[in-house]
Amino acid sequence: MTAIVSRAPRPRRAPPVPLFLFVGSLVLYVGVALWTGQTSQLQTDGWVGLLQRMVALGIVSVGQTFVILCASIDLSVANLISVGAVAASFIMQGRDSMMLPAVAVVLTISVVVGAINGAIIAGLRVNPLIATLGVGLVLQGLLSASFTDFAGSVPQAFQAFAYGALGPVPYSVLGLFALALAAWLTLGATRFGAHLYAVGGNAEGARLAGVRTNLVMVSAHVICSVLAGVTGLYLASRLRSGAPWVGRDGVYDLESIAVVVIGGTLLAGGRGGVWGTLAGVLLFATLDAALNMLGVPAYPKLILRGAIVILAVAAYAARTREHVA
Amino acid sequence: MTTTAASEGWPRSRAIAIAKHVNAAVVVFVVLYAIVGLLQPSYLEPAGFMNFLRRSAPLAILASGQLFVLAAGGFDLSMSALVTLTVIGGSMLADNNPDNTWWTIGALYGIGLAVGALNGLIVSFLKAPSIIATLGMLLCVDGAAMMWSGGSPRGYLPDNFRAFGRLVLHDVPVIGTFPIAVGVLIVFTLLAWWGLHVTVFGQRVFAVGDNPRAAELAGVRVSATRVAAFVISALSAVTGGVMLGGFGGVSVGVGSGLALQAIAACVIGGVQLMGGRGSVVGAVAGAFSLFALFTLLNLVGLPQSLRDTAQGLILISAVASGAWRLRHAG
Repeated sequence: MTAIVSRAPRPRRAPPVPLFLFVGSLVLYVGVALWTGQTSQLQTDGWVGLLQRMVALGIVSVGQTFVILCASIDLSVANLISVGAVAASFIMQGRDSMMLPAVAVVLTISVVVGAINGAIIAGLRVNPLIATLGVGLVLQGLLSASFTDFAGSVPQAFQAFAYGALGPVPYSVLGLFALALAAWLTLGATRFGAHLYAVGGNAEGARLAGVRTNLVMVSAHVICSVLAGVTGLYLASRLRSGAPWVGRDGVYDLESIAVVVIGGTLLAGGRGGVWGTLAGVLLFATLDAALNMLGVPAYPKLILRGAIVILAVAAYAARTREHVA
Repeated sequence: MTTTAASEGWPRSRAIAIAKHVNAAVVVFVVLYAIVGLLQPSYLEPAGFMNFLRRSAPLAILASGQLFVLAAGGFDLSMSALVTLTVIGGSMLADNNPDNTWWTIGALYGIGLAVGALNGLIVSFLKAPSIIATLGMLLCVDGAAMMWSGGSPRGYLPDNFRAFGRLVLHDVPVIGTFPIAVGVLIVFTLLAWWGLHVTVFGQRVFAVGDNPRAAELAGVRVSATRVAAFVISALSAVTGGVMLGGFGGVSVGVGSGLALQAIAACVIGGVQLMGGRGSVVGAVAGAFSLFALFTLLNLVGLPQSLRDTAQGLILISAVASGAWRLRHAG
C-alpha cells in the first residue's frame, strides 16, 4: 500500500429479500417434489397449481402492503373477504345479469369499509390494530347474523374469474401479476406513492412538509379494503358460492401481515415494497404445496402454519435491539 | 375519630373525590344491570345475581389475566385457544374418571404455564410483536387441541371437574346461594389485584408498559417481567377454561372469541392499550358490563352473532374516547 486511500464507506444496501425468497421457494418446491417422487408436480400443471395457490393471499397481501407501508395495519381483511364473497354470491343467485351489480355492490362496500377504517384511525386517533379489529368484529357480527351457510351461487360465467385460462396460465394468475405491477408503479412512480412512504417513515415530518397525511392514510385503507373485496369475489368464483367463514378459515388477516413482513416491509412503516410481499406469498404457497406433497394432515398443518408465521416474523425482528411489545 | 377542619367540606368535595375514583365501568355496569333487571326481575334477586356472577366469572378472570399483558404493553390473543385446549385436554386426560380430576387440573396448569412462557419468550427474545406472536400461538394451540381430540371432541367432563363451574352451595346465610365459581372469581381477582397493585412486580409491569427503555435503565428486568405477565395471562385462561368446562359440553368452539372479549372488557374498564395504565377493578367491572350487555342483547331477542358487532363498536368507541380525553386533557 503506497497511498492511504480514504474510501467512503459503501452505502449499505438492503439484502435482496425478494430474490432470496424466490430462489428459496423454488429450491424447496423442487426438492420436496423430487424427494417424495411426485415429479408430475414439476410439469406445467404443477407449476400452474403452485401459482394459483398464490392468488387469494396475493391480492389481499398487496393491499396489506399499502397500509403497512404507511405504518398502519388492517385486521379486518378476513372478515371483509367473507362479506365480499357472501354478498357476491347472494346477489348473483346464479344469474348472469346480476354479475355487474354484484361486483359493484361488493366494491362499494369495500370502499366504505376502507374509508371507515381510515377515518377511525386518522380522525379519531384510534390505534389501527384496535380500529380494524373492531370494524372486523362489526362486519363479522352483521354477516353471521344474516347468513349461516353458503348463500346463493355464482353463475358459470363468473367462475371464469377463477377457472378461465389464457393458454396454460389462469386469468387469475395474470391478474395477480398485473395487480402487483400496478401497485409497484403506484408506489414507485407516483406522488401518492412517495407520500405513502413519507407518512410511514415519519408522519409528523410529512405533515409539516405539507403532505395531507390523513388523506394518505384513508386512501391506503381504501386500497387495502378494495383488494380484500376483490379477494372475496375471487373466492366466491372459486368456491362457486360464498359462506360467512371463508375469510376467517383462510386466516387471511394474519397471513397477509406475515407475508408482508417476510417480504421485507417494516411493520413500523416507511420501507418495503410489493415484490417482497409477492415473494413472501410464493413462499407460503410453496410451503402449503410442500406440506401437501409430504401428506401432512390438516391439524399438524395448522400447528406448522402458526409456527412458520411466528418464526418468519421473528427472523426479521430478532435483530432489533429495542424492546418490542 | 379524627375530625379536622378539612372534613367539614365532606358532603360535596369528598363526594366528588370519591366519584372521580369510581371506575366508569362500574357505573356502566350498574346502569346495564338495572336495565336487565327491569326486563327480567329475577336478575335482581340474590340467586339471580349470583347466577349472573357465576356465568360472567370466566370472562372476568380472563380479563384480569389479560390485564397484566395489556398493562405491560402487549396483547394476548392466544387465550381463546388455550381455553379450548383446557376443556378438550381436560376431557382427554380425565377420561370420564373422577379420580383423575386433580392431577388433570395440575397438568392443565402445567400446559398453560408452558404456553404463557413460550409467548413471553417469543416476544422478548425473538422480538415478534405480541399481536402476531400470540395469533400464531393461537393457530398452534388450536391445532394441538384438534389433533389431541382427533378433531371431534365430545362428552362431558367428570362431575367433580365440572363442580368449579356448576356447583352451587345452597342455604348460605344472607345471600342464599353461593356458586363455587364466584368463590374462584373472588380468590383469583384478589390475587390479581394484590399482584398488580400491591407488589413491586405490579409496578414493574406498569413501568415496562409505559416505557420499556426507561424501565430497563431503572433496573427492571424487562424480559422477565414480560414473560411473567404472559404466564399470568395463560394461567387465567386455564382457570377460565376449567370453569367453562363445567358450564357445558366439550366442544371445539368453547374458547372462540374470548381473548377479544377479555381485551374489550379491559378497554371498557379504562385500561390503556399499549401499556402503562389500568386496574383490576376496571377489568372486572368491564367484564361484568360486557356480560350484562350480552345478557341484554339476549333478552331483547337479538341473534347471538350481533354480540360481535356490539363488541366491535364498544372497542372502537372506548378507545376513541380514551384518545380524545388524552388529547384534550389539561
